[in-house]
Amino acid sequence: MAGAPKLNLKQRHTGRSVTKPIWVRIILTLIAIIFLVGFLLLPLLEVFAQAFAGGVATYFATFKDPFVLSAIRLTLLAAAIAVPLNVVFGVAAAWSISKFNFPGKNILITLIDIPFAVSPVIAGLVFLLLFGHQGVLGPWLEAHNWKIVFAPAGIVIATLFVTFPFVARELIPLMQSQGTDEEQAALMLGANGWQMFRRITVPNIKWGLIYGVILCNSRAMGEFGAVYVVSGSIQGVTNTMPLEIETRMENFDFTTAYTLATALAMLALITLIVKTIVEYRSTRLLAEATE
Amino acid sequence: MSIEIQGVSKHIGKFTALDNVDLTVNEGELVALLGPSGSGKTTLLRIIAGLETADQGSIVIDGEQASKRARDRNVGFVFQHYALFRHMSVFENIAFGLRVRPWATRPKNAKIREIVLSLLKLVQLEGLEKRYPSQLSGGQRQRVALARALAIEPKVLLLDEPFGALDARVRQELRRWLRRLHDDLHMTSVFVTHDQEEALEVADRIVVMNHGKIEQIGTPQEVYDHPANPFVYNFLGRVNLFHGRVHNGTVSMGEIKVDSPAPSDQDNVPVVGYVRPHDITIAKSRNGKATIEAKIQHINPVGPIVRVELERLDDRQPIAAEITRDQYYSDSYTVGDLVYVTPTNVGVFLDYDPVI
Ligand SMILES: Nc1ncnc2c1ncn2[C@@H]1O[C@H](COP(=O)(O)OP(=O)(O)OP(=O)(O)O)[C@@H](O)[C@H]1O
Ligand SMILES: [Mg+2]
Repeated sequence: MAGAPKLNLKQRHTGRSVTKPIWVRIILTLIAIIFLVGFLLLPLLEVFAQAFAGGVATYFATFKDPFVLSAIRLTLLAAAIAVPLNVVFGVAAAWSISKFNFPGKNILITLIDIPFAVSPVIAGLVFLLLFGHQGVLGPWLEAHNWKIVFAPAGIVIATLFVTFPFVARELIPLMQSQGTDEEQAALMLGANGWQMFRRITVPNIKWGLIYGVILCNSRAMGEFGAVYVVSGSIQGVTNTMPLEIETRMENFDFTTAYTLATALAMLALITLIVKTIVEYRSTRLLAEATE
Repeated sequence: MSIEIQGVSKHIGKFTALDNVDLTVNEGELVALLGPSGSGKTTLLRIIAGLETADQGSIVIDGEQASKRARDRNVGFVFQHYALFRHMSVFENIAFGLRVRPWATRPKNAKIREIVLSLLKLVQLEGLEKRYPSQLSGGQRQRVALARALAIEPKVLLLDEPFGALDARVRQELRRWLRRLHDDLHMTSVFVTHDQEEALEVADRIVVMNHGKIEQIGTPQEVYDHPANPFVYNFLGRVNLFHGRVHNGTVSMGEIKVDSPAPSDQDNVPVVGYVRPHDITIAKSRNGKATIEAKIQHINPVGPIVRVELERLDDRQPIAAEITRDQYYSDSYTVGDLVYVTPTNVGVFLDYDPVI
């Protein structure tokens, strides 16, 4: 049982490269490289080229545009609210699912997956129907002078919805594989619930948690569909970075659109790098846990 | 501290994991819970520890009702798979129980260091305090788990199959060492095992469990020499079965007759005689005794005793016997020999239990 999954993977890798003749390997590798260059690298370079088409000065001047700044601010705000709430929810859900048995557990697992299953646009529409002018809660919200749809609050709620499964999904298999023995050992040694959580549970799920946060964060910042529906694309008020890019494209302001796109692309690159590091660490932890 | 288990039952869904278990572990005793897989040993141990609650009955530790929460019981628990904290060094693992104490009773860092180092010495792991659990061998992990449990100075130590995952040699060494440790530290200990040899060797008393019930409680000698029922007979080592009938206080199994207070007041009922292999004598001649004739099928002369596999001539049932090396050489048996078998020390039970 010890280390079996890891071993299998290795064997499969070496097995493949040994059995396939060399020209097959070269062709497969070429296809992969052409695909990567054609569909990822070239467009990315094009984005940067277009962004800097007007010169470096223009590029940086874009970031003084109040609408651009507002979009960046709103994107950061949405992420800053969605990510911590996700961590709290994700840890709580993963904890209860993996460490306890209770009726309705499977329903909870299914509920967590809903945002993955539903198209973001539909999610946005649901919020529109709930909170909009014609919506179920619309009149009540208006009576209290609370604006959700076509307001930053709506953006935050839509972002929360689409990012909701990331942390929990990451943690559930990790926590399930680790079991509850260590926590019970901590209790037997006199730890209270909080000490057990902080000193045993958190360190054990640290890398999975960071990974989940990264995924959640990049989705929060990059989300388009759901927020598009509830935002109404009001520049300077409800436009996030992706929405602002779309607005600028429609108005033929390509330089600004591409400049904002480079900012999002940078975020993606940073995410990828951190993700690679964390993924390496967390798969190692998972392998150790199953040993 | 003594442990009293009074009428404890535990149901998991519809399944009865423990069925009205009564057991008293005296102060300073080392008691083994012995039984086949699924017999409820772990469940009972976890209830004593407070990791699980009984549906009925109570646990009294040192004359007092055990507190509800596991962490208040001050019981040392060694998990079957050790459950070491994988992200902590050996030192921090052992120090954990001291570090989580309330501020007022928490020892100073220097004191913690002193305690941990002395525990490492006790479990013979000096110099390994900086290692992580993944860098230790099975036996070393086992001893770290033990040191960690001992750090809180428990008066009761519970161990779940402490040597289950180790190889035979290490097991033997560690169990003797555990016995000494138990005596030196004046603890009351309960350990779970499904290895009868282990239980017989180290325990003061053995609790034989089956299907959530206690089959017998007694010293190793009592349970081995006087098993209370066929299950215990079967579970504590190999045993030969002789079918017969009881009549007027005498059990007849073929030619063999054994005086036996009948297992019940019934007469002329089928019974089974249980005989351990070393309670079977074999001889080359009949010597005028009532015997069973058998043929030698196989001889295994390895080790201090010689195992002889026989087949009865009358009903072709196998018989396992163990004889001394001396007898083996002086009588010079070979496969195919006809021998005369006499059981000594027969345990007689009514023939209705289809155990094992
Ligand atoms: N969480 C659970 N859900 C369902 N059944 C359980 C659960 N825990 C234990 N059981 C059942 O209770 C019975 C007793 O289990 P227990 O772990 O006490 O056995 P054991 O004597 O320790 O066995 P082993 O030697 O295999 O460790 C088993 O039949 C087991 O299937
Ligand atoms: Mg068990």
